[in-house]
Amino acid sequence: MDAVWLARLQFSLTVMFHFLFPPISIGLGFLVFLLETARWRTGRDVYRRASDFWLKLFAINFAVGVATGIVMEFEFGTNWAGYSRFVGDIFGAPLAAEGVFAFFLESGFLGLLLLGRKRISSFVRWFAAAMVSLGTVLSAFWILVANSWMQTPDGYRVEGGRALLTDFGAAVFNPSTLPRFAHTLSASLCMGAFLMAGICSWLYLKGRGSDAARVSLRLAVVAAFAGCAFVFVSGDRHARQVAHTQQAKFAAMEGLYSTQKGAPLILFSLPPTQQGPREGPEIVITNLTSALAFGNFQAPIRGLQDFPADQWPPVAVTFLSFHNMVIVGNLMALVALAGLVLLLARKLETARWWQRVAIAAVPLPMIAIQLGWTTAEVGRQPWIVYGLLRTKDAVSKVVAAPAILFSIILFSAIYLCLGGLWLFLLGREIAHGPDIGTRPDAAGEDRHVA
Amino acid sequence: MSLEVAWFLLVGVLIAGYAILDGFDLGAGMLHLFVARGDGERRQIVNAIGPVWDGNEVWLLTGGGALFAAFPRVYATVFSGLYLALMLVVTALILRAVSLEFRGRLDSPGWRRGWDVVFAVSSFLPSLLFGVAVGNIVRGLPLDAEGEFAGTFVGLLNPFALVTGLFSVAMFLTQGAAWLQLKTGGVVRERVLSAGRAAWTAWVVLYVALTAFSRVAAPRSWEAPPVPAWLAPLLFLGAAAATRAMWGRGARSTAFLFSSAAVAMAVATLGAAIFPNLVPALGDPARSLTVGNASSSPLTLRVMLIVALAGMPIVLGYTAFIYSRFAGPVALDEHSY
Repeated sequence: MDAVWLARLQFSLTVMFHFLFPPISIGLGFLVFLLETARWRTGRDVYRRASDFWLKLFAINFAVGVATGIVMEFEFGTNWAGYSRFVGDIFGAPLAAEGVFAFFLESGFLGLLLLGRKRISSFVRWFAAAMVSLGTVLSAFWILVANSWMQTPDGYRVEGGRALLTDFGAAVFNPSTLPRFAHTLSASLCMGAFLMAGICSWLYLKGRGSDAARVSLRLAVVAAFAGCAFVFVSGDRHARQVAHTQQAKFAAMEGLYSTQKGAPLILFSLPPTQQGPREGPEIVITNLTSALAFGNFQAPIRGLQDFPADQWPPVAVTFLSFHNMVIVGNLMALVALAGLVLLLARKLETARWWQRVAIAAVPLPMIAIQLGWTTAEVGRQPWIVYGLLRTKDAVSKVVAAPAILFSIILFSAIYLCLGGLWLFLLGREIAHGPDIGTRPDAAGEDRHVA
Repeated sequence: MSLEVAWFLLVGVLIAGYAILDGFDLGAGMLHLFVARGDGERRQIVNAIGPVWDGNEVWLLTGGGALFAAFPRVYATVFSGLYLALMLVVTALILRAVSLEFRGRLDSPGWRRGWDVVFAVSSFLPSLLFGVAVGNIVRGLPLDAEGEFAGTFVGLLNPFALVTGLFSVAMFLTQGAAWLQLKTGGVVRERVLSAGRAAWTAWVVLYVALTAFSRVAAPRSWEAPPVPAWLAPLLFLGAAAATRAMWGRGARSTAFLFSSAAVAMAVATLGAAIFPNLVPALGDPARSLTVGNASSSPLTLRVMLIVALAGMPIVLGYTAFIYSRFAGPVALDEHSY
């Protein structure tokens, strides 16, 4: 096994595991902020109990997210020293900005919110929740700035084997930053909302639907629907951006080999290969890819054959992850839409079939997010910085394969335990529910509900 | 002052901030097995750092990001060169984070004792390894003509680096004891004080020993100091002596400020020893990574300076507010760890 392959394996393992948690933090953090706003404005105790409950889950999730995120901050230097030397002038800045503007904010105010609730006023509590949510959003922004620059680099020149910054604004707001920021935030909102909806549904099915579960469930259904709507709008915008700025990646996503006017949309086919499309049953809609990508049914789209074979991404993985993400996204939209209809018909709390579906749907956003990132990152190959630096030229030359293998085994073992503990502790808190174990304590009550 | 030198100082400030703040967390983690008995006393220690440790660790992440942004060649060389050591540090930091967060979630004594041990070990390991890394940097890393690390993992475990590792353990133990004296009471505080005195003695003795050792092991650190060579050691010894004196008078808050100042001066000693290098090369000085040849472009340094000067005062402001909410000895309530 060569060091490049192992380094890629290690990065995908650590980053995919890490990114199970931040979408929950972003989505749930925002929903807690909404509940806190309701609590602060109305003073009703049900919002406090709901917010307290979701904060407990948030805290467990946040801890694992932070713990696994530490690895990422160092991994560019440990495993990708060639990359770090090439892009350091540009890539380091958003990482540092993420620390200054996001990590301090979320970790500082989360500590206050979790452990200092008795020491702060109702307003400060709301403010702390707002800052935690803002911190998660800013964190997403800066890390997406960094990653988007790898996809669509801008505001730089290459000199002496290094990319040098020429325009900070152009590097930050490179062509893919905002579409991907919007898409990531809306997917994260879905994640938080589906998690909340699933947990509330479970409480209802267990006959423990209380007022705190009810307000949470309603909020979650509305947020899930809004999240799905944003996911579609931002996903469309993002795909059009890829079609314009990363044409080989787009061709692999859509499974298009020959350059053609009026390119079809492949809804279903056997996975394509590095050699060409695979013969077999398929469902296609003529001209639709051209129409979606360029707003014109006859727009020409470059196929993979227009690019040298050594600049193709792994076609099957890119195609499959993209198509399956879209399928899962559509399933999510169906679940959310059904929930919204039931909510409007005032049948949400009694529709046991939907509640069962909602529990089963909790992993869907997580799956879609992982598939989407697989599309983004595998589709970028063979480049680590699109068109500028190849992944194989970016690894640390001084780190030998056995050392990487050792750390892969180490992290796999730890992550397996962490994942298990995360599920176990979340499960325990969920089983406690929002209304068991909350002691109405007079001192806290007066201050919070004033 | 040139931008490169300003960033040398700023990275130093971030490292000092980390050493002062997460230093007391790491110290508390190492101390707690020895100064606290039973779950109630343990919870005093855990909650003494509970609301703030995560924010303190952000200093490390931000320091790493700032090093990447300002001196990418240093980030690349040091992090890939010290690969195994850093993987162990990261592993320990992961375990430390979850041990703090998960310890209190179950009411079982076995569960809590298990996490207590994990917490102590995972606080000790980074304390030691940070010191070993710094010792190696002061001594100089073996670098090839491209500025890549050309040594081995075993080579990093040289006597000078190991003594630096012990120094940093003693430093964080002292800093942890200084913090815990503000946050604990009764018998726990008495135990913390006597542990702190022992750690303080080791810290000061190791500082003097390291300084002497460096004449032999890192002679280049004595050449062309940017400030008079006696300045940082004098300030360090003064702050350390004041810490001890304030403990004697029971002025615990002042003592913590002095021990924090001493930690900052220890970092300043490091900076003075290596400047203008960030990574001196062992053997051939021409291969060293310096503020001049390892830094980012002036535009990046300027943009980052604006980010730092705009962002850090805000960070310090709300961090001070958050600390003020938790001032005084730990009071456990139902939201505590």
